[in-house]
Amino acid sequence: MDSNAVISEIKKGFILESLKNGKRLDGRSMSDYREIKITENYVPKASGSAMVELGKTKVVAGIKIEEGTPFPDSPDNGVMALNIELLPMAFPTFESGPPSEQAVEFSRVVDRGIRESKVIDTSKLVIESGVKVWMIFVDIDILNYDGNIIDACTLAAVSALRNAVVPASKLGKEDFKLPVNSVPVAVTMAKIGDELVCDPDLQEEQVSNGRITITMSEDNHIHAMQKGDVGEFSLEEIRKAIKTSCDTGSKLRKELFKVD
Amino acid sequence: MEGNVKLITDDGLRLDGRSSNEIRPIKIQTGVIEKADGSAYIEWGANKIVVAVYVREAYPKHAQNMDRAIVKARYNMAGFSVEERKRPGPDRRTMEISKVISEALSSAIILEKLPRAEVDVFIEVLEADAGTRIASITASSVAIADAGVPMRDLVVGCTAGKAGGKMVLDLSKDEDNYGEADIPMAILPRTGKVVLLQIDGDVSPEEFDEATLMITNAMKDISKIQRDALMKKYSIQDGE
Repeated sequence: MDSNAVISEIKKGFILESLKNGKRLDGRSMSDYREIKITENYVPKASGSAMVELGKTKVVAGIKIEEGTPFPDSPDNGVMALNIELLPMAFPTFESGPPSEQAVEFSRVVDRGIRESKVIDTSKLVIESGVKVWMIFVDIDILNYDGNIIDACTLAAVSALRNAVVPASKLGKEDFKLPVNSVPVAVTMAKIGDELVCDPDLQEEQVSNGRITITMSEDNHIHAMQKGDVGEFSLEEIRKAIKTSCDTGSKLRKELFKVD
Repeated sequence: MEGNVKLITDDGLRLDGRSSNEIRPIKIQTGVIEKADGSAYIEWGANKIVVAVYVREAYPKHAQNMDRAIVKARYNMAGFSVEERKRPGPDRRTMEISKVISEALSSAIILEKLPRAEVDVFIEVLEADAGTRIASITASSVAIADAGVPMRDLVVGCTAGKAGGKMVLDLSKDEDNYGEADIPMAILPRTGKVVLLQIDGDVSPEEFDEATLMITNAMKDISKIQRDALMKKYSIQDGE
């Protein structure tokens, strides 16, 4: 039996007590991320891909680009769809079958961050106006879950999009790199006691009272925000979260993607 | 398409004639579903939404929480509620909305007072015209109160957003479709704590502050409409 899904009251008390003294169990500061490892082009069969390890959380994003029909209300835009699979192998309480509410929420938050940051210029993905466009499918597998799915998946999706190639040679044209305009970074914080801690691991998520994710791109504007789980935030806390997201997000963008 | 629609007219008003910090008219009525433990009907602009609440022992047994209630909201749109027929049944959007509404309501209900119970909140959108999730949550808390469930506060929802380069309160359908950002938010008015918050679009941190200020100011009026609806049903009139 795996006891990962439950946290003991003793451990919970210990985490809360440590945080009161400004300490996280793994020694990180409140805004520190765990070690991040990005392996680009992890699945060469995909049009673009990346594996991201965020501490022990492990996710793989793969992109497939196919021809398809545009939506009737936007004949001159390609299509992007993003989906996250919480694989049963990743955690004892994840089950196979149709996506859970949790999986749907994660997918939609990551999708909004990328869509609203205008990462992909969909107007450049038209093959024949109103008839045929390129469709970008971003599928993300969660292989091991140790907290903070949203940030790991946003990193993976952005990395994969950045190395994606549109297979135009299928149509007798030349393959081209998927045009990518911005580098959004999602910063998720868990509210634990009165503290907001960045990149919560599983244990921290289990003792938290609410989560907040803010996705910003290079313009330092908010493109997606999501308050999640049961919990309350004061406006003061939200403002603080925005500031943290701005600072931490810029730092991560510079370190991981060499982009200012 | 965005550039073609002028959302703010030259005299600074919005397409429906409202000023930037004006909400659409809101009407709430309680006790509209006879069989339910509690219910409410809301008209918010052209939105028409019915909410019914049932409180029961959580089932199956293993889903029960021994020390507190669980809250399950189900947000559903009628096929005829939108321009093009909405296929019945949950989709990804309604699943997410159901989840965030359930979480927001959980903060308002005193869950410990109802161990092992389940509070089912059925939300049916009959007509949708932008802002259904915040209208739903505003009506849901009235319906939950109508059911006699102990609550800390009535949750108030409202949206703000950016349209035509300007921050505006309570987005209309056009502003939602062609505007730059949408910020739905729900607050517990007594403490000012935020229990639902989502953003998509493009807002700077300063614009976000402006949006929250607009919503906080509008909160008192919406809160009063909620209370009046409950008082209308439960207060004893003079001469009775």
